[in-house]
Amino acid sequence: MAQIIFTQQLARFLPVPALETRAATLRAALDGAFADNPRLGAYVLDEQGRLRANVVVFIDGKRSELDEPLRSDSKIYVLQALSGG
Amino acid sequence: MADRAFIASRKGLFELAYRNGEWKLEADKSFFGDPVSMVLHDARDGATYACLNLGHFGAKMHRRDAGSAEWKEIAVPAYPPKPQDSADKVDWSLRQIWSLEAGGQDQPGVLWAGTLPGGLFRSSDRGESWQLVEPLWDVPERTQWFGGGYDVPGIHSICVDPRDSNSVLVGVSCGGAWLTRDGGASWQLRTKGMAARYMPPEMQDVGAVQDPHRIVRCGAEPDVLWCQHHNGIWQSRNNAESWEEITAPLSSFGFAVAVHPRDGKTAWFVPAVADQQRVPVEAALAVNRTSDGGASFSTLRGGLPQEHCYDLVYRHGLAVADDGKTLLMASTTGGAWLSTNGGEHWQTISTTLPPVYAVRFN
Repeated sequence: MAQIIFTQQLARFLPVPALETRAATLRAALDGAFADNPRLGAYVLDEQGRLRANVVVFIDGKRSELDEPLRSDSKIYVLQALSGG
Repeated sequence: MADRAFIASRKGLFELAYRNGEWKLEADKSFFGDPVSMVLHDARDGATYACLNLGHFGAKMHRRDAGSAEWKEIAVPAYPPKPQDSADKVDWSLRQIWSLEAGGQDQPGVLWAGTLPGGLFRSSDRGESWQLVEPLWDVPERTQWFGGGYDVPGIHSICVDPRDSNSVLVGVSCGGAWLTRDGGASWQLRTKGMAARYMPPEMQDVGAVQDPHRIVRCGAEPDVLWCQHHNGIWQSRNNAESWEEITAPLSSFGFAVAVHPRDGKTAWFVPAVADQQRVPVEAALAVNRTSDGGASFSTLRGGLPQEHCYDLVYRHGLAVADDGKTLLMASTTGGAWLSTNGGEHWQTISTTLPPVYAVRFN
């Protein structure tokens, strides 16, 4: 299964355990994570469902957008971008 | 009498407590390290609200109920999806909560939040949910609004009329002053007399381009409003039906204004040189106070730094307590001063705080 790892910077605000997912895309994987952890969604996405400007996602070493497909063994890192200061 | 004050800063929420005849910074801090853009103590139920602006993770709100030491994360205002055929250039997403006020005494649980990029939101359940005040968001003049202080327009002042909770005046940088008398269902521009001297001559009296830096209302004389505007100081004595320009000593430029809660003729300002030089005049910090409705001012300097002082007191960086004589002000370079005698003398609370966005009393 693909793994989602959230930056521990988020652990200051809410629990962010590593998760496993069978989702086909990044968006679906995140939707699943937010269903289990409703507050988390607003930290990663804005109210229009877009990745926050200063949040970045890397999948298997590649910076990715929400429509990125996942492999069954993908490793997803949700991180804060240093652009946010 | 106020016995607690709050300092919302770039790196957390600080609190002052009045004990044994002295105001002192408390050792405990909340949200340490995170930007706190606004704080509100709601006298109706004793709750305290903190608005965070987490650079990476968005704007958040927390509430601490009366008697509790714990903060609870609550909802934030959320913009609806922008219609696909909208020509609006503004991105409909919450950037920051810039102002937060309690509703009227007869509306327990009602809160108003002013945001960047310009939406006013109302909660009827102590911030557990928020609704965009669409009639103001939809005024045709909003296309004329532009950023002032930030890149996008924002609502920094919300003045509820204590005589009628459905009557609310809001100040927008840059978008003028707007009044509703029906709880937000309809809005009128109320800027007659103001002048926007940063605009071409033929546009200086256009309402929706005015930049009121801050507007405050006198609680006991609600028709009296004071406005520190980008181009000077204005006062209204008729609930913003019209505004009269007032000239203060040193400089009429600044951001903050506070009005005495029972005497509409008494107001305080913190002058800075000008928009292109946002520091105290001659690097000496001063407060201008009028006690006669702006006919004259006293320039107060007691206890304030008078050499090499470059502190700027931003829009929400000056507050007066209910007693009308206890004042707190704090600057964007981390200075904080408190007066217990109407500004005649100031006690230094700190000169090394983080940049301060807002101060409040309980």
